[in-house]
Amino acid sequence: MMDQGVEGYVTEDGRQIGGVLMALQNITLRFGGVVALRDISFDIREGEIRAIIGPNGAGKTSMLNVINGFYHPQEGQITFGGKTRSRMRPYEAAKQGISRTFQNVALFTGMTTLDNIMAGRTLKMHRNFFWQMLRHGPALEEEIEHRRKVEEIIDFLEIEHIRRTPVGQLPYGLQKRVELGRALAAEPSLLLLDEPMAGMNVEEKEDMSRFILDVNDQLGTTIALIEHDMGVVMDLADRVVVLDYGKKIADGLPSEVQNDQAVIDAYLGVPH
Amino acid sequence: MGKQAASEELASIPALLARNARKFGAKTAYREKEFGIWQSWTWLEASEEIRAIALGLLTLGIERGDHVAIIGRNRPALYWSMVAAQMVGAVPVPLYQDAVAEEMAYVLDHCGARFVFCEDQEQVDKVIEIQEKVHHIEHVIYVEPRGLRKYDHSHLHWIRDVQAEGRAAQQRFGAELAARTDELGYDDTCVMLYTSGTTGRPKGVVLSNRNIIESSKNSAEFDKLTADEEVLAYLPMAWVGDFIFSIGQAYWCGFCVNCPESADTVMVDLREIGPTYYFAPPRVFETQLTGVMIRMEDASRVKKWLFDTFMQHARKVGPQILDGKPVGLWDRFKYWLGDIVIYGPLKNMLGLSRVRVGYTAGEAIGPEIFDFYRSLGINLKQLYGQTEASVFITLQPDGEVRSDTVGVPGPGVEIRIAENGEVFYRSPGVFVEYYRNPESTASTKDAEGWVATGDAGFIEEGTGHLRIIDRAKDVGKMADGRMFAPKYVENKLKFFPNILEAVVFGSGREFCTAFINIDLTAVGNWAERNNIAYASYQELAAHPKVYEMIQGHVEEVNRSIAQDEMLSGCQIHRFLILHKELDADDGEMTRTRKVRRRIVEEKYADLIGALYDGSKEIYTETEVTYEDGRKGKISATLEIRDAAVVGEGKVAAQ
Repeated sequence: MMDQGVEGYVTEDGRQIGGVLMALQNITLRFGGVVALRDISFDIREGEIRAIIGPNGAGKTSMLNVINGFYHPQEGQITFGGKTRSRMRPYEAAKQGISRTFQNVALFTGMTTLDNIMAGRTLKMHRNFFWQMLRHGPALEEEIEHRRKVEEIIDFLEIEHIRRTPVGQLPYGLQKRVELGRALAAEPSLLLLDEPMAGMNVEEKEDMSRFILDVNDQLGTTIALIEHDMGVVMDLADRVVVLDYGKKIADGLPSEVQNDQAVIDAYLGVPH
Repeated sequence: MGKQAASEELASIPALLARNARKFGAKTAYREKEFGIWQSWTWLEASEEIRAIALGLLTLGIERGDHVAIIGRNRPALYWSMVAAQMVGAVPVPLYQDAVAEEMAYVLDHCGARFVFCEDQEQVDKVIEIQEKVHHIEHVIYVEPRGLRKYDHSHLHWIRDVQAEGRAAQQRFGAELAARTDELGYDDTCVMLYTSGTTGRPKGVVLSNRNIIESSKNSAEFDKLTADEEVLAYLPMAWVGDFIFSIGQAYWCGFCVNCPESADTVMVDLREIGPTYYFAPPRVFETQLTGVMIRMEDASRVKKWLFDTFMQHARKVGPQILDGKPVGLWDRFKYWLGDIVIYGPLKNMLGLSRVRVGYTAGEAIGPEIFDFYRSLGINLKQLYGQTEASVFITLQPDGEVRSDTVGVPGPGVEIRIAENGEVFYRSPGVFVEYYRNPESTASTKDAEGWVATGDAGFIEEGTGHLRIIDRAKDVGKMADGRMFAPKYVENKLKFFPNILEAVVFGSGREFCTAFINIDLTAVGNWAERNNIAYASYQELAAHPKVYEMIQGHVEEVNRSIAQDEMLSGCQIHRFLILHKELDADDGEMTRTRKVRRRIVEEKYADLIGALYDGSKEIYTETEVTYEDGRKGKISATLEIRDAAVVGEGKVAAQ
């Protein structure tokens, strides 16, 4: 495994990656007697696309839930943006700039694309409820500003045509895109994507990959993603961490991980 | 004399732009929806933007006579780029943006473009791929920067940067630009447009300023277009119609061109803009009508009753009211009521509330579809034209509108029908030449300026209206010498909403047969209402119930054809429903969605064989091309059905 020093590293496509954005140290997560994550340490660096992979039940989603404060690990600590913590609630994570999408799309199905993405800006709204009800003065100004941001996201994700469509009526691939839009609306410094390509056809996967790369490139957002499609992971990710049965078995550049014996064994199985 | 002087002074599109900036300076010239809001530019602002691009092109070393390719969907920046190219003495060449790289490579190579304007990353990628084979492309300029940041920018420029460079170089190149713009003459090339070509390679049609400006002026006067029109620019920029509507007429009249937010939002944008002057190919009107009918099927009983009752009334008196013919007071009142309850809201929903002049062309439009729109009070008319004529050959004057003719010769257009029925025309809009193709130029245009349309038709006695039967080369003879006009039959078939496309065979044969493509929207909805389950296009197309329904349509067409003595031999004896949609990506259609008969005949030779050898079904494998250029194969066993024909027994008995 390569040693990723404090000063960063160079990706396979030649980009310089900077300092540590989030460091996870010796994380252990237990549900009663079941150990979901065992003594896991890795970091996410500013500006990179970090993939978390592993066979089914390896603990990938648990890891993501730890990162955004939904689960609280029994041991270990998380450093994010310079602050170290052991317990954090999801809304605190959101406030600090971590937003995410879900494995099974979790949108407000009765609301339009526009409203769903607008909902992603809740934390950025400063005027209170009464001001907003009045839709007047500063509250109106604020709403216009938020709407502008939302429209930029709609433009970015090329979903102008479904702006006014209730998301429940949309095909799955588009719902995934709307969900990404909602996560982006919070202007996150760290974006967590839980299987962004699950259940998509080739064309939708290609579109989604392009959006993920564009988010990373144009908006400079750091991304941590879980994905099953190895082709996608190897193309997108700058670094990959591999989990198996709650343990970290490899960590490094895609090419390194691909040829790692432990990873190959985990995926293909070993004769006992 | 006055006319001549006006023309001399306004001898180019840039000259018209300068006039509009002076005359209509503060009036809106362009609108584009971006970030959910309609952004607008006045003529003054637009002319400043265009000037900046032109200066930028000069800094990049553009020469007089260079070709500048434009690839992308309708956006103000791309229209500006075309006019900017003209300002520096270059020739804009808009391309179809959905063309695959290979097609694009041919055109870029043929015109020798040194500069290419691209809308976004997708187009830039295509051009970079093409650059490996076509080496004369020097600079690529893009409008949408997303995804392009990491590209090598030594020969790739963002249009804003080009404009900034241009503005900064005002001192250096201002005089040069003025000189180049001033020397543009009436007979200099205005634009080069590649025809989609139903046969063979695309040809570059060279149109002069005279062609474009005279045609725009004549047609604008014909329909009394003013500076207050609003148009929605949504048809391919490479198509001559868009160039005439969105540049020629827009600059001549000084009206506003609105660009949609994206290709998928056109219908919403149409409703928001409410154009007063509107063009759409028959397909668009068909799709809209199909959409309305499908939604009415699902509407509540009261709404459906209202719709049916008032539409029936509209069909009875609507067209007469539109044509200003006498209609009884009670009928007028009922129509007025219908306008409040049904027609008005429906027109608003379709985005056609304000349409004063509407045109359709390119294909025959079904009489039911045509009458539907006219009965709503929409002044929908037909015109007949082609790229080589700068669009206009014939148009329908207000008050003389019918679905079966294409109108009278436009102002300044002469028409002649040749012995074999082929239509010839001569007009100020007649193209200069096919670029680098003197043989084709000579075989299309004779020394006196008469151009062969390739269509067979005749001038109707009494009205002077032109009627088109078919492509001249497609009109053939059947084995027993009877006339064979496939298009005539195909159009009748396509008038059924369930049939998207039809290809009829029969030249030199004993009898006629047909391929049918179902319309997935219409038939899919029909299937849903009739509890027919299907998993794919292929499965739906092969469903026995669908076959039954299509057979009904075919037999109805046969009955209608039988009434026309000349063409009664064209009745369809056997048909099959194709397992895939005919597609431009597979070369089966042109980009303007016209069937390429010869390619279809070659590709599906096995199916045609089966139509004539009496088999009941046939197994076939077809190669398909996906949007990204990859190829695959689909296979199917297709059923072949016999359709009842009328009056054939008599012929046989004789």
